Amino acid sequence: MEAVLESRRKERLDRGIKVRTDGIYAVSSWREIAYLVLPRLLLIGGLLMMPLLLSQAPYWQRVISIVCIYSLLAISFDFLAHFVGLVSLGGALYIGVGAYIAALLNTHFGLPSWITVPLATILGGGLCTLLLWPCLPLRGVYFAIVSLMFPLLVARIIEALDIFGGTDGVLGVDGFSSKWVEMYVLIAVVLLILFGLRRLVNEDLGLVFRGVKDNDQAVKASGIDVITIKALGVFIASAMGCLGGAMLSHLYMWAGLSQFALDFSIIPIAATVVGGGGTLAGPVIGCLILVPISELLRDFGTLRIAVYALILCGFIVFKSEGLMVYGSRKYQQFERWVQI
Amino acid sequence: MSPETILKLSGVTKRFGGVQALTEVDVEIHRGDILGVIGPNGSGKTTLVNCITGFVTPDAGQVSFQGRDITGWQPHKIADLGLTRTFQVMRPYYSLPAYKNLIVPLFSRRARRTGGWRGGGRMGDRNTVAVDILEEIGFERDSYVPYKAASSLPTGYLKRLELARCLALRPDLIICDEVFSGLSMSEMASMLPLMEKLRQEGVTLIMVEHRLRELFSLANRVMVLNFGAKVCEGGSEEVMANEEVKRAYFGSEEVFEYV
Repeated sequence: MEAVLESRRKERLDRGIKVRTDGIYAVSSWREIAYLVLPRLLLIGGLLMMPLLLSQAPYWQRVISIVCIYSLLAISFDFLAHFVGLVSLGGALYIGVGAYIAALLNTHFGLPSWITVPLATILGGGLCTLLLWPCLPLRGVYFAIVSLMFPLLVARIIEALDIFGGTDGVLGVDGFSSKWVEMYVLIAVVLLILFGLRRLVNEDLGLVFRGVKDNDQAVKASGIDVITIKALGVFIASAMGCLGGAMLSHLYMWAGLSQFALDFSIIPIAATVVGGGGTLAGPVIGCLILVPISELLRDFGTLRIAVYALILCGFIVFKSEGLMVYGSRKYQQFERWVQI
Repeated sequence: MSPETILKLSGVTKRFGGVQALTEVDVEIHRGDILGVIGPNGSGKTTLVNCITGFVTPDAGQVSFQGRDITGWQPHKIADLGLTRTFQVMRPYYSLPAYKNLIVPLFSRRARRTGGWRGGGRMGDRNTVAVDILEEIGFERDSYVPYKAASSLPTGYLKRLELARCLALRPDLIICDEVFSGLSMSEMASMLPLMEKLRQEGVTLIMVEHRLRELFSLANRVMVLNFGAKVCEGGSEEVMANEEVKRAYFGSEEVFEYV
């Protein structure tokens, strides 16, 4: 039996259609165009249809919005970790900062949500980048630890100084005009950012980001300031998180300390593991699976975390590459056994 | 007219804990020179390179490049002035194809200013410039080599890629940290004319090397380091004849008696 196993191995080859669609020749036939466009349309169409499909279940419509916010965080984690080389556990910081800025702008200055959200995105991204700036020269686990510490720190400061409403949070934030606006704005934002970032990482600036990840010494020797590039990467990622936070505070009509909760740092990482790191679309798929599961598991009470952990362990042990990597491999390549 | 000094080191000293890595190294390099730096393992050659290019800040002494004091500057600012280096341990941007590796230096401010190697002002499409540079340095343009993933290139090409990364900045001075080591004889045979060509085009070179024969055929001056201190400096013959250099490389006769 062993002899049979050893005398052959699996060989993977690109499918003909994958190779044909690599270049400009992809537009030569409908089959090739469909091969390229269908998976993307499936994601776009699926996301756009979801609020309509769930129109009879308002509770689950809210879950869609939450999925989108977690997706923003997961994309930003994936971008920083796999394209800039910074492992950021600061998701909670981004959400919290975005939520508080949007809430304060809304309650103190009476700005409507279509102004507070973009402002919170830019200001929040800038603020988070400033906070993280001193640890940008750090590499590896040190950046992760510092970014994990910040959300805890900011929450304690707000609590101890009793500023911004203290433990009560900022109350009386305006909601969105309708739940449809809320859902479709979020879905559109997720799709725009997803496809925008996928393009960015293959542009020249994106290649510099990836260069910093692969070998920052060579980037320095090429006359490029690594700290500036990392700061730009952190700004892009944290602005995405702050956008999610701003939306969240208008969603709940409230900004509070629980928006600095570590869930916002951890679930995006889990989603990236499940969906497949380095793909940007994978984390969105991961969120589409994990967040609803987490809602379903509410019936189990505190056992929720245990079941959740089991699912994660299963993924890490059996499909550590992630769904997106696995799926695109199956889509682009065929496998066959060859005799050695 | 005396030749213009491009790089001047005076009293450069560096200590790592108890190890004296460099002791008061003085050296002066003229424009268009090829200076060879040799020395036994651990003699401080790479530390010297790091001190010049800003990856390590010297404890004492001064480095000046084109008349400007660059001691303690950040590496990217030094590279921006036109002083670049290769790395002894080659780590290309593994996830990118070979020619995409050059997009990073071509993205820098200096490359935008100078137009990249031979760019002459405004740079066109960076991908085209990148392939041009690779062709110049010995990647066959129409083969698949420039488009292959950097992680799958053989050593000879990786060394060239390191050099190409420097050339993309259109530098005035390149410090080559062991570009010859690990090359086969045929790879070496094509590398030597390349270095000579660079010199003719006005690039000053500092070559840190272990392959002495090839180095002596190229360099017009050689500096010998031992235990972080300069042992001697001069033309190839002069250095070869120096007793102290022989001692540094082969040990003294008294030692031989005990072996």
